[in-house]
Amino acid sequence: MALRLPRIGTSQIVALALILAANWVVSPQFFDIRLQDGRLFGSLIDVLNRGAPVALLSIGMVLVIAMRGIDLSVGAVMAICGAIAASLADSHPLPVVLAASLGAGLACGLWNGLLVAVLRIQPIVATLILMVAGRGIAQLITEGRIVTFTSPELAFLGGGSVLGLPTPIVLTLAMMALTLLIVRGTALGLMIEATGGNPRASALAGIGTRLITVAVYVWSGLCAALAGIVASADILGADANNAGLWLELDAILAVVIGGTSLFGGRFSILLAVVGALIIQAMNTGILLSGLPPETNLVVKAVVVLAVLLAQSPRIGAQIAGLGVLFGRSRSRRRS
Amino acid sequence: MRSLARLTPVLATTAVFLAGFVLCSLAYPNFASLRVVMNLLTDNAFLGIVAVGMTFVIISGGIDLSVGSVIGFTTVFLALAIERWGVPPLIAFVLVLVLCAGFGAAMGAIIQYAELPPFIVTLAGMFLARGVSFLLSTESLPITADLYTHLSDHALRLGGGARLTVPAIVMLAVVIGGMVLLHLTRFGANVYALGGSRAATGLMGINVARSTVLIYTLSSALAGLSGIVFSLYTSSGYSLSAVGVELDAIAAVVIGGTLLSGGYGFVFGSFIGVLIQGLIQTYISFDGTLSSWWAKIATGLLLFAFIAFQQLTLHLARRSRRAPAGVRP
Amino acid sequence: MLPTAPLPPPAAGHKPQQDASQQDAPLLQVTGFSKSFAGFVALDGVDFTLHPGEIHALLGENGAGKSTLIKTMTGVVARDAGTMRLAGAAIAPRSAEEAVKAGIATVYQEVNLAPNLSVAQNLYLGRQPTRFGLVREGEMRRRASALLAGFGLSIDVGAPLETYSVAIQHIVAIARAVDQSARVLILDEPTASLDAQEVEVLFAVMRQLKARGIGIVFVTHFLDQVYAVCDRITVLRNGRLAGSAPIAQMPRLDLVRLMLGRELSEATARRSHAAAGPAGADVAVFTGLGKAGYVAPFDLTLRAGHVVGLAGLLGSGRTETVRLVFGAEPADAGTAEVAGRRVTLTCPREAMALGFGYCPEERKTEGIVADLTVRENIVLALQAKRGALAPLPRREQDAIAARFIRLLDIRPPDPERPIGLLSGGNQQKALLARWLATEPRLLILDEPTRGIDVGAHAEIIKLIRDLCRQGMALLVVSSELEELVTYADEVIVLRDRAHVVRLTGDAVEVSAILAAIADAPAGAAAAA
Repeated sequence: MALRLPRIGTSQIVALALILAANWVVSPQFFDIRLQDGRLFGSLIDVLNRGAPVALLSIGMVLVIAMRGIDLSVGAVMAICGAIAASLADSHPLPVVLAASLGAGLACGLWNGLLVAVLRIQPIVATLILMVAGRGIAQLITEGRIVTFTSPELAFLGGGSVLGLPTPIVLTLAMMALTLLIVRGTALGLMIEATGGNPRASALAGIGTRLITVAVYVWSGLCAALAGIVASADILGADANNAGLWLELDAILAVVIGGTSLFGGRFSILLAVVGALIIQAMNTGILLSGLPPETNLVVKAVVVLAVLLAQSPRIGAQIAGLGVLFGRSRSRRRS
Repeated sequence: MRSLARLTPVLATTAVFLAGFVLCSLAYPNFASLRVVMNLLTDNAFLGIVAVGMTFVIISGGIDLSVGSVIGFTTVFLALAIERWGVPPLIAFVLVLVLCAGFGAAMGAIIQYAELPPFIVTLAGMFLARGVSFLLSTESLPITADLYTHLSDHALRLGGGARLTVPAIVMLAVVIGGMVLLHLTRFGANVYALGGSRAATGLMGINVARSTVLIYTLSSALAGLSGIVFSLYTSSGYSLSAVGVELDAIAAVVIGGTLLSGGYGFVFGSFIGVLIQGLIQTYISFDGTLSSWWAKIATGLLLFAFIAFQQLTLHLARRSRRAPAGVRP
Repeated sequence: MLPTAPLPPPAAGHKPQQDASQQDAPLLQVTGFSKSFAGFVALDGVDFTLHPGEIHALLGENGAGKSTLIKTMTGVVARDAGTMRLAGAAIAPRSAEEAVKAGIATVYQEVNLAPNLSVAQNLYLGRQPTRFGLVREGEMRRRASALLAGFGLSIDVGAPLETYSVAIQHIVAIARAVDQSARVLILDEPTASLDAQEVEVLFAVMRQLKARGIGIVFVTHFLDQVYAVCDRITVLRNGRLAGSAPIAQMPRLDLVRLMLGRELSEATARRSHAAAGPAGADVAVFTGLGKAGYVAPFDLTLRAGHVVGLAGLLGSGRTETVRLVFGAEPADAGTAEVAGRRVTLTCPREAMALGFGYCPEERKTEGIVADLTVRENIVLALQAKRGALAPLPRREQDAIAARFIRLLDIRPPDPERPIGLLSGGNQQKALLARWLATEPRLLILDEPTRGIDVGAHAEIIKLIRDLCRQGMALLVVSSELEELVTYADEVIVLRDRAHVVRLTGDAVEVSAILAAIADAPAGAAAAA
């Protein structure tokens, strides 16, 4: 009987369950959900709703990281696209607003993808450019003010609900489903995992690695745009300075918690989203427990370090070495 | 001649700065004064200090995203220590520098021994330092100690209203010290060697682990010093201060001609890179109609121009080197 | 890796005492070195003796154990067994650093210096002359110039190392090693990327060091260089000592035989050419294909049901040839014609569209994707050929994987196991399956039987024969000449990055191939 690794994802789901349980301990009403004016309310719904932007970012980020890349610009892209949406919301119909905003996200992603795939700039550096300039561009769009809007159509994307579920959750689920359909419904997922796992072997097997590289950055840009729209719609405005600030880090963290290695290869979109929910559940839990919300960053730092150390190639090798020893001694006993 | 070729990026940066200064002076007659230059130094002193540390890190092939948070932590710690816990300012300075150095050493050790990418480790460091400063205090705390008023009054008066302030003096000293350390010591040579080839450096018998830990220790200690200067400059401590300074510092280093992939660069270049960023800010404030966000966009454009230029020269160099060799890849 | 042990040629039988240089006590004496990696024996009881003032060639094909021997000698890899004495004293360095301190320095093909630092800094990194903690740049440069002048090199030592040719970089690396009081210098393929003139410069330096009494271990693939500069030759094959003799007692043919072949009498398994049907239509015709500095222009015709073998020493241009044919490296000269149509080959995708498949030599870095399952690895090329938007249904993937696992007897027969957990031979079979699944017209195999167990050898050879019978065109690179002659209809021998001899029909014999590789008179071999 072949030795199998534990079913992938168990640890993340257990972690999420534990955090939710802890939240329930500090706040017994945590799991209470009530229906009010056709929309569900409750702490659990809150976790999902507030986790939506990071979950959206992590959907794009997980593909980029699986290709051995990184996208530091998603926070800035959120700010740009949110600013576009907020500025146009009261003067243009919703389809135009969405097209302009999502188009800007695609353009940002294309820029990153071309820098990485064609100019062959290392991903951290390439996306750093937009991370720096992007916030300036967003401020240019809002002219440095906090732009507000009243358009109920756009506001619906942040505060409305579909079949009782808040729209951000629905949008996140839709984006996740679409991405899963595109990535796992085609052979793209396999090609991304192969390229991230071994770029040279994949190129020799005939995979168009360059095109796929551009595509994942474009998709990351699109996800960031949607996250920006949701964030703007939620606050009925755009704050170019603070929209999406540090969220690129949360998104990377979500992907890492979701078990995708920073060194590329195997990825799971679903678990990246679970990772985003874990982060949000911790945020909410800290809030509910009455601890100062500032504890958040410290907890995040500790979690990211713990996960990384567990993923570390050297420490991993040591664990694998133990496994080999164990396996050997067992087979020796058998023979 | 061969030795001079690598000065090209720094010379280009210096030329950009001088051209920018001349353009500003042509636009605004008051611009070309000693006072503006001195203000440029004072206003950007804290950035100049972290940029020196960042130069070491980037030349060694790493990156340090935690410096902005370390500055924030330092200002809050100082404000609390001096105002609330009654620690004498000078002892508080020493304490905070030791804390920061230890923090950097820990990050360097994790990067070295867990073989993790520097950006993610220092990212965690960024969360941690910012989180701890939030936990210490979320308010902006004024610092009223005598030493602070004394130090902010203290300045070399150069005539025409120009003052060489304490922060500016500290920055200039750090820049000169950084140049000596990087270009004239064994440690500096090791920093370059690490960026050139980490594996080869180890095979040449250099203690790679020690050097790596030292480099991040230096970067964090300088971020702490920068925090001290920042608190002098603002006479306060605030956990949200210096948000995003790591990006400004990286941008200054790259604009200063240092290769982001490591191995090449000069402390002096980073200093000029800081001045270029300061120049853009000063121009915007002189103009009055331009808004501050143009500074970010201009920095981004400069960053792109320099990175594209680096990539091009690397590509050309590699092509010319590969042609005669003809080994199989 | 046939189970027969190679017999040493007559020359190797002579006792070393007859050699002039052997009168001194040995400088370095390695006894019984063994090393296994996860069950694979890389080094099996190897002895090696180096005398002061001796240039000692260490030869062998890929996987022969040369690099493992060097790594165990310099402490980079821990050995499983064996002892080592340097000038009579037992040493056991645990790292390259300790080896250098003991007096054993290594200069690799990929020069292990910092390319961005100046020549002077590279020479003295970590031991620069200092005053008050500051490096005395002037003094360091003066010393560097003087040191290099001793090797006949007069260059600007303040310039970055990378602005100089690879030959000069090698000399700088050697100078650094010697200046750190190295008594044993290991040069690992220093000449692989040098032109003829640069090689001469390097040889001059080596002879000078020899005169100083330093012992040099010289690894190379170029036989001319061995005979030009070496005093003694040691050959490894399959991790074992194949033979060791003074240069005068090791003629070329014997040397090549030691490296590649076995005794001529062993080359019994001749291909029964009668069994081969008439060659089919031309699948691909290459005319004057080549790339400057990579491989000299060559003509090559590949026919259906026909196996063309490429033989030659490592670095002779075999892999380079197949990479041009597959478009993995774009050619800068020549034309390609596939099924009568002129085509351009600039990337693997184009070659695959024409029905080519390529199983590379470097299984780990260019073949498998270790994290993916056997099934995913098998369908990868077929999927890439169909395009991302036409995914193979899971059912079909399972069917393909199951078919090839059965056909090639891949073990364990678990399609969902990560391929990295399989043995080398089973990984190789899965890679073959990857290309067979694309139903290629032309299949290129680079060392298909290297580093795999004996059983898998036989199965892969049988498979090659079967494929040929089914009308596939094959182009096979192999160092296993006895195997090659059993299935190849035509063998092209390469030397120094050029196709030099083409053998067809009954001329396809181990002896003829060895003679061509050794550049010995063909008549002598043909008589055998």
